[in-house]
Amino acid sequence: MTQAGHDRALMVLDGLTKAYPGVVANKDVSFQMRRGEVHALLGENGAGKSTLVKTIYGLVKPDSGTMTLEGAAFAPGDPHAARQAGIAMVFQHFSLFEALDVAENVALGMENPPPLRDLAQRIRDVSEAYGLPLDPARTVGDLSAGERQRVEIIRCLLQDPKVLIMDEPTSVLTPQEVEILFETLRKLRDEGTAILYISHKLEEIRTLCDHATILRLGEVVATCDPRATSARDMAEMMVGGSLHVPQRDVAIPGEMLMQIKGLSVKSPAEFGTSLKSIEIDVRAGDLLGIGGVAGNGQDELLAALSGEITAPRGQIFFSGQDIGALKPDARRSLGICAAPEERMGHAAAPDMSLIENAALTGRKRKGLTTKGFIDWRKARSFAEEIIERFDVRTPGAGNAARSLSGGNLQKFVIGREILQDPQVLIVNQPTWGVDASAAAAIRQALLDLAAKGAAVIVISQDLDELMEISTTFAALNEGRLTKPRPAQGLTVDEIGLMLGGAHDMEVADV
Amino acid sequence: MIALEKRPQPSRGWTLASPVVAVLLTMIAGAALFAALGQDPVQALVKIFYEPLFGEFNFFYLPQLLIKGAPLVAIALGLAIGFRAGIWNIGAEGQYIIGALCGAGVALALYPSEARWLVFPAMLLAGAFGGFAWAMIPGLLRVRFGTNEILVSLMLVYVAEQLLASMALGLMRNPEGQGFPGSRNMARMDAATSWIDQSNGMHWGVVIALIGVIFAYILFARHILGFQIKLAGQAPRAAAFSGVSPARLVLFCLGTSGALAGLAGLTEVAGPSGIVSIDFNVGYGFTAIIVAFLGRLHPVGILLAGTLMALTYIGGDVAQSSLGLPGAAIQVFQGMLLFFLLAVDVMTNYRIRWRERGAV
Repeated sequence: MTQAGHDRALMVLDGLTKAYPGVVANKDVSFQMRRGEVHALLGENGAGKSTLVKTIYGLVKPDSGTMTLEGAAFAPGDPHAARQAGIAMVFQHFSLFEALDVAENVALGMENPPPLRDLAQRIRDVSEAYGLPLDPARTVGDLSAGERQRVEIIRCLLQDPKVLIMDEPTSVLTPQEVEILFETLRKLRDEGTAILYISHKLEEIRTLCDHATILRLGEVVATCDPRATSARDMAEMMVGGSLHVPQRDVAIPGEMLMQIKGLSVKSPAEFGTSLKSIEIDVRAGDLLGIGGVAGNGQDELLAALSGEITAPRGQIFFSGQDIGALKPDARRSLGICAAPEERMGHAAAPDMSLIENAALTGRKRKGLTTKGFIDWRKARSFAEEIIERFDVRTPGAGNAARSLSGGNLQKFVIGREILQDPQVLIVNQPTWGVDASAAAAIRQALLDLAAKGAAVIVISQDLDELMEISTTFAALNEGRLTKPRPAQGLTVDEIGLMLGGAHDMEVADV
Repeated sequence: MIALEKRPQPSRGWTLASPVVAVLLTMIAGAALFAALGQDPVQALVKIFYEPLFGEFNFFYLPQLLIKGAPLVAIALGLAIGFRAGIWNIGAEGQYIIGALCGAGVALALYPSEARWLVFPAMLLAGAFGGFAWAMIPGLLRVRFGTNEILVSLMLVYVAEQLLASMALGLMRNPEGQGFPGSRNMARMDAATSWIDQSNGMHWGVVIALIGVIFAYILFARHILGFQIKLAGQAPRAAAFSGVSPARLVLFCLGTSGALAGLAGLTEVAGPSGIVSIDFNVGYGFTAIIVAFLGRLHPVGILLAGTLMALTYIGGDVAQSSLGLPGAAIQVFQGMLLFFLLAVDVMTNYRIRWRERGAV
């Protein structure tokens, strides 16, 4: 069944449509990939990228439309069939067993694994050939996020894939690790593998990809050559409008608000990261950006500052007062607000209405209770104020939090804290999973808050974001925080070293 | 192919309709059950649901409705507070027994005092404290050592039953009872009786249940504690973030439900039952679990559900005595109610879609 028109294309998607109740995830999506091409799939959250790759990987059946691989009709019923046909995928979240070693993990993911000794040799060969250093005998639990990703990649490479799908591969990597990954991908490309590369980091796509397909609301809205298109243009194609760039005025350092002196607390989670002698000073008007790869103590740091974990005496001070032992409500009363990373279930209760969720943290500072009785009318007007001021798209404040999209709920959560007029605000991943225009609005709101004289601590894995808004920058690595440095003038190399945990290194150029 | 699909919002219509639908389905399945037992199903249902309310002898059955409904409602209210927070007190039966024993202990110790102003309030306090203390055992064990409150509270029911037997045969046995087991009859002591109007079935347990409904309603609708209970049940991490202390919540929920069960036990032993006997407890503490869920963990719903459940008890007795239906069939019938309720409950959060198989 060879079709003459497609013989140069390795894979052709034609008119793929997939509807879920109430939303069309993919609408008549068509594009093709050639051998040796790095093809970017761009789009905001909810644009339909993941449905599309799940279709290719056999996890989703399209309602209509066809796929062709090497000229033959391709309709995988499950991921097993897709792998047999030569499709491999590296997921954003790894599926590895921490207690097993690298070779065992690779064997578990293979259709017909060879004996472990042969496999170890093959892993060594492949990792050398593609410049991905990895020892097959090491236990996965001891590997860094970048090394774990290599395990997944090598597992894919051992199958000799024709098409390799990578879903947001750099979100867990340091800049140095990103370079190694890109070298590998370029080698694969030169050997004729087609790579479908999903990301929202536009600069990466510009350096790596040959071709980009841009999705918006499930439809292909544009294709372009990323090397010849500016990041801003691509972002505007994604959003379908012009992008607001946050602005900030340089402020003079204000009075000291929060001081953290040698904060060391044990993580309450079994595989969590304990905090080790954290030192932070923030003054009014400061915006401290804390970078770091996920799992290096971000959640614990937020919990220790919000009061979910209490700290020993003499480690956390607010305006000179020792607040280590205070619980979240008491800290909020003083003016310390926080927004954790996980929106559903941590920052907000999914099955509760937005009114109830507004009362969740707002009751003290917004005076929503008198003698323990909640004034639901006040809570409703607070919720409505958040919805209006932060442009939360919802039919009404009475709707359950889980009915909101991730980005809208994030706007609600951040808005809820900002409108309480905090003196110190700590946020973890403020724009994670949020579309570009909402992300810009959230960043602007954080900058405005700092400009009004509050201190803001932003924990994020998005370095571009941190560089855009922070006045000072520090990095978390295995529960330790590097010495904060002025954000202006930091180079990518310096940031990479900080992320990698170069704590004691005083950089000479200061 | 039938597919279940999660609704973006819980359906308001189904939240209200599901108990009604569950009752209807129970009636249908129950009718089939009674028919299989060789009874006229319509007549059996009439005996269970119609006879006690509107039949010839309703003057006898209507007071029974209060007597059986009150402990169910009081215990279920307490359980609902915990269930909303995800704290599973399964041992209300034991707290009910211990409450009754403590209250009865006070009454019997003060006998033959006639100072009702002293005896009865002291009994109420002792009853509430007894249930509270019995519930604190699983509560403190969970808070201190992380034990499972379901298992501990359930096991303590059997301990309480042994204590009850020991008391009825030993310490609390009526010294003038010619050696028969069982205590003096407190219902006949003016200072200790919980009867207000025996001919209408009114006793202090009914009053406590109704006051409980009002308090629970205010707690859930307006008070921050009710909000925190709901929050802890639905999203424990959000509750911790909001500032709820999980340990205090566990103790509050178990303590309150224990105290309510204890009060229900006390008012029962000093009124409808009258004496501490080996077979004093008849399973109200377990049936109240069904009542709490049938009432959607909502105070008003629990009031209605408790009344309905009491009706099936009384109607079941009627059917048993007049039609010769086996008692087990009535229990199956009551069990079906919870079964259908849980099944229909799926519709609140999900909707059913018909989907063609293998669409490409």
